[in-house]
Amino acid sequence: MDFGSLLVQQLINGVSLGSIYALIALGYTMVYGIIKLINFAHGDIYMVGAYVGFFAITTLGWGIFPALLVSMAVTGLLGMVVERLAYKPLRHAPRISVLITAIGVSFFLEYATMYFVTPTPRTFPDVFSSAGITVGGFVVNGQQLLSFAITLVLMVILTYIVQKTKIGKAMRAVSFDTETAQLMGIDADRVISITFGIGSALAAAGGVLVGVYYNSIDPLMGIMPGLKAFVAAVLGGIGVIPGAMAGGLILGVVESLVSGFLSSTFRDAAAFAILILVLLFRPAGIFGKNTQEKV
Amino acid sequence: MNSVQKNDLRLLVLGVVLFAVIEGAMEGGFIGSFWKLNIILIGINIILSASLNLINGYTGQFSLGHAGFMAVGAYVAVILTTNFHLPLIAGMVGGGLAAAALGFLIGLPTLRLNGDYLAIATLGLGEIIRIVIMNIQYVGGAAGFSGIPHLTTFPWVFATMLVTLFAIKNFVNSNHGRACIAIRENEIAAAAMGVNTTKYKVMAFTIGAAFAGVAGALFAHCFYIISPGSFTFMQSFNYLIMVVLGGLGSLTGSIAGAFVVTALSAALADWPEFRMIIYALALIFLMFYRPQGLFGYVELTKLAPFSRLRALKGGREE
Repeated sequence: MDFGSLLVQQLINGVSLGSIYALIALGYTMVYGIIKLINFAHGDIYMVGAYVGFFAITTLGWGIFPALLVSMAVTGLLGMVVERLAYKPLRHAPRISVLITAIGVSFFLEYATMYFVTPTPRTFPDVFSSAGITVGGFVVNGQQLLSFAITLVLMVILTYIVQKTKIGKAMRAVSFDTETAQLMGIDADRVISITFGIGSALAAAGGVLVGVYYNSIDPLMGIMPGLKAFVAAVLGGIGVIPGAMAGGLILGVVESLVSGFLSSTFRDAAAFAILILVLLFRPAGIFGKNTQEKV
Repeated sequence: MNSVQKNDLRLLVLGVVLFAVIEGAMEGGFIGSFWKLNIILIGINIILSASLNLINGYTGQFSLGHAGFMAVGAYVAVILTTNFHLPLIAGMVGGGLAAAALGFLIGLPTLRLNGDYLAIATLGLGEIIRIVIMNIQYVGGAAGFSGIPHLTTFPWVFATMLVTLFAIKNFVNSNHGRACIAIRENEIAAAAMGVNTTKYKVMAFTIGAAFAGVAGALFAHCFYIISPGSFTFMQSFNYLIMVVLGGLGSLTGSIAGAFVVTALSAALADWPEFRMIIYALALIFLMFYRPQGLFGYVELTKLAPFSRLRALKGGREE
């Protein structure tokens, strides 16, 4: 394969990987936008989503789409429960306490899952035809198409919710200024809870798609993608929804290019290098607005 | 001899007595080899948590890259001792200096960031350090560096721990330390009062990194092999947990945190599946009920046995 076609093939891989990062990054960015918390447990929420999907497919024998929906519903609920039990009592606590709690929740989800499903990786069933289609000499396989299509649909739905519905308006208001939003009669706690729910449901979709894409899931699978998705969120401008989508795609493409042209061991380093460059030169991210620090 | 030195002397005597008791119990065969190793690990973890406390607790800069500096110290030290057959002390000094140099280079640009951004940037840098080490074949790559001489002994660890604690205590109580605490309390106000915030943030970061490197050197010589897998960001989380559990801005807290976390995970070693669940729940409940940690901003020297002395001094407050 010559340079040009390798490049295009890596771009295709990158976009489909990136669309999964984007799904996870959306949850990060929405939660950060609204309560300024780096939800370290988000990657583990995504892992739980993958497991729920796995059991819906294997134990219940459902197809990919019902499994995806059930996984999103169950995991969305889990996200809301986690928020209610672990983060809500700390709403007015120092930020570091909430961050440590998030690390605690992350450990809890990882090891509680490990206790129930054992640490051995599970093979995700082959639910979607991997037979690829060939477009102008390049192979796009079924899983890549599926993850890209589902991500696209979910993003359209999310954009609709955030921009057009009443709850979306409330979310934007709380994110802009929580106290003023509360004075306007918005129930901030409920909005935060729903934000967690939506973010977790998107992460669950990402988890199921990763299962379909890589065929293997394990209880610690959420750690790295969780961090990467955070990088994606920062890259796009944390708190900005289109930013998370773009950041995820860019990160996926860069990673694919690095593992295609350099070495796959440097893949993770590339993500963090991007993070540091972004933080140093444009901390607000691509789509973020620079905010001046006030005394 | 002023009262501060007297206080130091008391602490030093306390340390030596403690050392004699533990060393005696080890030599007398009262402590099995499992707990011997864990006592050494507690010592190393105290160095790590105290040095991280200098950055996170006293200067208020949220760093999550401590394991990276530890890794640099560990690898430089094992190269010196294994490949160049130098003594352990040379490895510790070399590891500490290398980690300090890296801390300085990393700190200079990244400490412009604050809060969450700094946390995530340092986490990323720690991971980059680990991935780079993983790709250097000279030190064994991902498989790890093996054939390390077993040089770390309890006296070495204890002595290094005492030096670290006194160095950090004295730093914090110096003019420089005051500047660091001022930055923690309010960076803008500190800058307005003429504190060179960048200088002191980088200084604290470099000193913290140096001690992390020294601890890494000691850690590496406990086992016959080290691999990049021992220095993931989960380790950094671990040290952060020790610091927060013990209490940010309290060296006594760092000691207690390192002790509790290390001893707890050793005691729960027989139930690995429950260990992390209990650990996670302990962390969450601690944040609910005691977010300032066990010793939030309080030092041992402020507690009962030392308070008489303070009364004699006329209650000098920190």
